[in-house]
Order: sequence, then structure tokens, then C-alpha cells
Amino acid sequence: MSKIHVTTTVNGEPAEFLCQPGNSLLDALRDDLNLTGSKEGCSSGDCGACSVIVDGRLVCSCLMLAVEAEGKSITTIEGIANGDVLHPLQRKFLEHAALQCGFCTPGFLVAAKALLDHNPDPTETEARYWLAGNLCRCTGYDKIIRAVLDAAAEMRAGAPAGE
Amino acid sequence: MTFIGNKSDLKVVGTRPVRPDGVDKVTGRATFGADYTMPGMLMGRVKRSPHAHARIVSIDASKALALPGVKGVVTAADFPDIPSEEAFVGEGPMNFRDLSLNCIARGKVLYEGHAVAAVCAISDEVAAAACDLIDVTYEVLPHVIDVEAAMAPDAPLLHADMFTANVTPKPEKPSNIAKKVHFTVGDVAAGFAQADVIVEGHYSTQPVHQAYIEPHACIASAGADGQCHIISSSQGHFMIRAYVAKLLGMEMSNLKVTPAEIGGGFGGKTVVYLEPLALAMARKTGRPVKMVMTREDVFRATGPTSGAVIDVKLGATKDGIITAAQAVLKYQAGAFAGSPVQPGCMCAFAMYDLKNVDVVGYDVVSNRPKVAAYRAPGAPIASFAAESAVDDLARKLGMDPIALREKNAAKAGTKTAYGVTFAEIGYEQVLAAAKNHPHWKAPLGPNQGRGIATGFWFNIGGESSASVFINEDGSVNVVSGSPDIGGSRASMAMMAAEVLGIPVEHVRPIVADTASIGFTHVTGGSRVTYATGMATVQAAENVIEQLKTRAAMIWDIPPEAVEWKDGQAVPAGANAGGFDPLPLAAIALKAAKTGGPIGAEVSLNAQGAGPGFGAHICDVEVDKETGHVTVLRYTAVQDVGRAIHPSYVEGQIQGGAVQGIGWALNEEYVYNTKGLMDNAGFLDYRVPVASDLPMIEAVMVEVPNPRHPFGVRGVGEVPIVPPMAAVANAIRGALGIRMHALPMSPPKLRAAVDSGVG
Repeated sequence: MSKIHVTTTVNGEPAEFLCQPGNSLLDALRDDLNLTGSKEGCSSGDCGACSVIVDGRLVCSCLMLAVEAEGKSITTIEGIANGDVLHPLQRKFLEHAALQCGFCTPGFLVAAKALLDHNPDPTETEARYWLAGNLCRCTGYDKIIRAVLDAAAEMRAGAPAGE
Repeated sequence: MTFIGNKSDLKVVGTRPVRPDGVDKVTGRATFGADYTMPGMLMGRVKRSPHAHARIVSIDASKALALPGVKGVVTAADFPDIPSEEAFVGEGPMNFRDLSLNCIARGKVLYEGHAVAAVCAISDEVAAAACDLIDVTYEVLPHVIDVEAAMAPDAPLLHADMFTANVTPKPEKPSNIAKKVHFTVGDVAAGFAQADVIVEGHYSTQPVHQAYIEPHACIASAGADGQCHIISSSQGHFMIRAYVAKLLGMEMSNLKVTPAEIGGGFGGKTVVYLEPLALAMARKTGRPVKMVMTREDVFRATGPTSGAVIDVKLGATKDGIITAAQAVLKYQAGAFAGSPVQPGCMCAFAMYDLKNVDVVGYDVVSNRPKVAAYRAPGAPIASFAAESAVDDLARKLGMDPIALREKNAAKAGTKTAYGVTFAEIGYEQVLAAAKNHPHWKAPLGPNQGRGIATGFWFNIGGESSASVFINEDGSVNVVSGSPDIGGSRASMAMMAAEVLGIPVEHVRPIVADTASIGFTHVTGGSRVTYATGMATVQAAENVIEQLKTRAAMIWDIPPEAVEWKDGQAVPAGANAGGFDPLPLAAIALKAAKTGGPIGAEVSLNAQGAGPGFGAHICDVEVDKETGHVTVLRYTAVQDVGRAIHPSYVEGQIQGGAVQGIGWALNEEYVYNTKGLMDNAGFLDYRVPVASDLPMIEAVMVEVPNPRHPFGVRGVGEVPIVPPMAAVANAIRGALGIRMHALPMSPPKLRAAVDSGVG
């Protein structure tokens, strides 16, 4: 079966790859673009370790076909920091020890970024429901939720007036 | 050297620095097992049994091998048929023959998902297609899933050569009961005769999976000279080396294993599944082979912990002295012997100072995946029953459940039923902290209940190696053989920095491969901060002696005239001379002129791990219409000895508690009548998600362990022991019904509300 050529944007940079019709976006990111920060925990959309943002929408990249990335703009964990300056969420995850093994962490950070993009001032309950699609087996979620709420507070405080 | 007595003097230990591997893990740069590739790499897949129990009549791989892109197939015929031999490599005993048969079936398949063949090909797609083309002919055999059914005399037999161990006389007929365990102290019959009040209960638990989010993954390569390399995600690369070398008949020095970052294990990654298959295929094809499990494979083919049936009976005087404790524990081992029934028997009543105890355990095989270690293996199951019974006892006596526990609490000098006499332990301090916590006295609303339960884990020490090297610029590398599953790089760096008297930022910890550091036992048993930490501390102390000697050479005074203080060499007194302090970096700079590189490696077998105790308080609200239980508030108190990095200690407590909440309320393996698992995915095997939970308050009590330089006790396992009974006791409070079977899921709660019996 011949491969399909896909042209897309990943973390603000133009990207292209060849894929089989059945390949997931996660396969393309990991195997073709060498962006292995997005993790495969289940391949069924249940664990959220492969979370990416596609045109502003949070998706499990294991549930999206690679060919559907054509013309889209994709943000992965590798695109969250600004060069060597960590995103406030990344910094707060470190300060709050919101990770243990670190395998679910990229998915949580991408999902949390999508949350704060939508809602800069989530309640604890809103954060818990938004992140309910991401499984963490190490932390019991306590420190993750604290880190997300703390990052949100810092970003609100730091946002220039009028924004 | 000991640092226990003067906590206020500690500069690094007890602080909360950013972990050294943190940035890699929040930016996606950290490389886990499945993230590695090698040039010329093939992808491997496993052909698994669709039956619970069957004889393998034939395996025909010719069609698979004819498929373009397929490079090789292995079956049991490609592995040595190794004899029965006990190994102590992982967490708990393992028989090499059983391990070999579990990795690839020989003659019979013993559970759905049991590996029968493996194939490698130029892509994962081709390997998957080839798997389907491997023709296996089975003769299906009767199967048995439940533990008590497996113990019945007429049960389908898994192993013709299994004769129950530890019974006299030796049984004449084989059975599915691999072993009997028996601990007894005093005379329980006399103890029950003294009792004014007796409670009894019949409890059951279901197997639950560790459910680490990272599926098993490895990559293996083999050179034509026989030199082999495996990179894999595991709780112990020395364990991988030992198992794979044995299963493939290799000398250990010909196999190097590099630890990948590990995406959770909780005991489940203390064994091998894929590595022997991947390396066998790499040797056969001459090309690297990568294998990654699917989530479904993880559920069907890797070890959960046991399900069990437990009978428990307690007797007490009316003023609350427990006069007798008795339990019979029947644990599922899965397809091969080796359930954690022995630690279950050890831990069941270990929180109490008891005169009369009798605990009997059975290790029972059935047609399920072989169990693997899961966080305090065996203890949570036993404690669910024992601590539910203690709660019943308190109610029957009309006593506060903490007061009852205080009255019978184990303390220094208490001799356990399994023979150990406790030294310094913190159970009474844990109970006091729980009693004084505002949670214990907070008001409850309608349909709400509060439960408390306690738990014990003995923790282990064991073999570890660590080295400390001073670099030419005075920065420091700490090397250990312990995979970092949740912050151990941070604790190693912190302990080394504390001993050396330098900022932790100057210490870089790494986890080295099997060829680069001495043998180190698995990351398990809550042993790493204790044992590998002890090796790190001793190596740093050795380095300080060298630094003092070097300073003495520079100053031309005797080494005993030099002291090490705050990261600098200083003259020991006025008589030693009036030299300015020599910082570590200044000594390092002159290392070449004073004897060469400065560093030390320490390998040890750490004894004296301090036992850990915890007490968990749980509030629930039960929706009587749906049977749904909401956890409203949760407080977990634990004696942690001394917290090196308190945030990661809290994290262990919170994470363990939540795994226990999942075990209590949702998680179970569901089998159909054919002996096949019906819920092999995260949608149907439901682990707790963020919206299920409140914050988990971790309360650290510090009763330092005198056997460790900083007073460390293992902390990772204790927190999963109390939750099931804590939740059950809270439900008992809310509903007035004692639930006896896990999980306490909505259908079971609904039935209990209707019948009044749980």
C-alpha cells in the first residue's frame, strides 16, 4: 500500500511526513517526526498520555488519523516551553512535585494548557473534570491539581492589564 | 557517621529542591522504553493464547515466515528447557523454570494471553499480520478461575508435579495448592475462651493490576561476537540481566542492560516478559528487535496481584484487650506458584501486640496470569479483612476504633507472629497523630460515614551499589544502580550533598547500566532510599576521607589534623596550623598532583530496614439509589522515619492511598465462563481519575530509623495497605452495613442496600 504525504504544522514549524492510511497521529509524531514526548499508554483514548492540541482543541493523538493532520496546527509537549524558558505549568509541576515516574506528565501538561487556554481561572472541580481524561497512577492527582491551579493563578497575576 | 540526632543542622535533607531529572520529564525529553530506536531495528510481536487452559498440539509458523518482511519466529523450542530452580532476583521468590514457561509456553497454555510464539518483522504492521498467520492447534482443557474452586479435590489440574509444600505428610496427589504457610503464637483456642466478645468475617478481594501507564517495552541487540545489549523499562536492570541470561543460557558478562526511564511499576516491572523474546529474536536475526506491549497485553498477560478469600476471627475482653486473632488466607497465584500469601500472613495482625495468633495461608494456582508484586505485596488484602474485623470489634465493644488500636498497639519489644521483635517503630505515634487530626472530629452529614484503618509493611534493605565521583571542577556525580521510579535521583543527590556539605545543585545523579556500577537489587520493597541511600552516604563519607587526605598533602600536615566542615577542609585546631579553608573545588583542581581522581564506590547489603506503619481516615457519602460511593475527605498518616525530600514522600503516600481507593471501589478482573478476561482496557478496568477524588492529605510522622544515617524508613508501600478497610469502615459508618467483598462497586452497594447484607 502506498503511503500518503501529509503537510502540517507542528509546534509552529512546518512539518511533513509519509504515513499509512491506518496510522494514528501519535504514530506519525513518534515514529516519523521523532517527537517521542507524546506517550502511548492505551491506544484507545482512555489514558490521555498522548494528548496534543489540534487547532486549539485537546485531542488524544492515538484516536486521530495521521492523515487528518493535513493543514492543521498541532501543539505537542515539545512545543509548550518557549525555548529554554519553561511554561508556568511546567515550572509549577516541578515546584509542586506533581510528577513521579513522569510518563503521564506530557499528556497532563498539554491537557492543562488546553484548560487554561479555555479557562484561565478554573475551580478545583473544573480542573479535576477537565483532567479526568488523563490517567496518573503515581500521584493520586493531588499535587497535579495544585500545580495547575497555582500556574493558573500565577498566569492571571502576570497577565498584562486589559488581557 | 549518623545525622539523626540533629535535624535542625540539616541543610539539604528535608528541603524540597526541584528534582534533577525534572526538566526532562516536563519537556518530553526523557526517554522511556518505547522511545528508543536502533539502526536496522525490527519490530516484534507476541502470539498469545486465546484459551484459558489448553494443550498445544502444534505450532506452524510457515505462513508467517513466508510473509514478505518477516525475519524470524521463536517458540519454546528456541529456548533451553531449564530445570526447576528457585531464584531471588525480583521482589519475592521466583522459580526460573516457571519464569521461562511464563515467558513462552511449552506444551500447555495456562491462561488467556499466555505467550506461545513471537515474531519479528520490518514493521509493526507486518509483525502483527504475521502473528495472525502463525497457526497454533490447541486441545482445549477444562479451566478453573476462582481460588476456592481451584482448591477443590476434583479441580482441573494446572501442573501434574505440584504437591503442596509445607504439609506433612507430603500429599500423595498433586493439586493446585502450591504451598501452605502457617504462623502461630500462643494458643488461640485459649485466647478465644478468655474473650468476652468475638467477631468473625468472610472476606473476598479481586485481582487488581498495578496499571502503570507505560506498557512494557524493550529493545534488544546481539553482536556476532555474542555481546548483547538490552534497553528496557523495568524496576531493575540487574534483574533483567539475571533473568534473561538464565532463560537464554548466557553468561551475564555478555549481556549489558541499560535502564530506560520507567513509566510506573509498583512491583509489576520486577519480572521479565518481552526481554527474553526480543533478545532471542535479535540473536536469531542479527538485527535489533524492539517490542512494546499493547494495553490489552498488559492486562491479559502481565501479573496483577492476587485475588483472595479470607476468613478472620478476633476475640477481646470487654475492656478491649485482644485475646486471640485467627485468619485463613487463600491467595490466587495465577498460573504459577508464588502469590504473596506469606507477606499477607506476616502483615495481617502485625500492628498489634498479641499473645495468641494463628494465621494459615494457601498459595493457589488457577488459569489466570501469574501474579506479580504490587506495592506491599499481599498486605493490603490481609489488612482489608483484618482491619474490617477490628472495626467490627470496636463497634461491638462500644469503643473508639483508635482507642482499641492504642490499647493493643505494637511497640518496641513487641514480638510479631512471624518471629521478628520490633525495635524502634512509630505505630503509637501514628495513632496519636490520627487521633489529634481535626479530620477525626469533623462533623458528618446524612448518608456519610467515617472509617479508619491502619497498616504495616516491614520494608526491606538488600544489595545496592553507589559511587560518588568528584569532578575536576569540584562538581559531583552520584552513580547508582537503582532505576528512578519516582524521585530517587533527587534523594541520592540530596543525601550526597548533605554529607559533602555542598549545595545539591552541584551534585548530578545518574542511574548506570549493569556494566558500569555494582550489582543493585530491584527498585522495590521500599528499599532504594534506605539501601541505595546508605551506599551513597558511605561513598560520600569515603570521599570526604580522601578529600581530607588531599588537603593534608597540600598543607603538608597529617590527615588527622584536617576536618571537613561545610564543604571545605579546615585545620582541626590551632595546633594544625593557620591555613585558610580549602573548598572542595580547590582540592579537586589539584587532584592530579595529590594522587589522582577522587571517588569511591560502595556495594553493600543493607540490613535493619525500619518497619513502617500508617493510619488512614476516610469520609464517604453513599448514594443509596445508585450505590455510588464518593470519597469526601481522606487523611493518610504515616511514620516515614525521616523524609529526605518531603514532597516525594507525600507523593508516595497520596499515590498509594489513591491506588487503594481504586482497589476498594472499582478495580477488578472480570472473567467470563470461558475463563477469558472481559475488561482488558482502561475503559472497563476503571482506575481512579482526578474527578473521583478529593485532595489527599498526607501527614508525615517522623520516628527516625536508627539503622540509617538519616533515619530513613521505606515509605512507598505502607500507604496502599490501609485504604480498602478505611473505605469499607467508612461505608459501614454511612450505611450500617459491613461490606465483605471488593470492589465495593455500585452494583454491590445497591444489592447491599436492598438486602441489608454486604
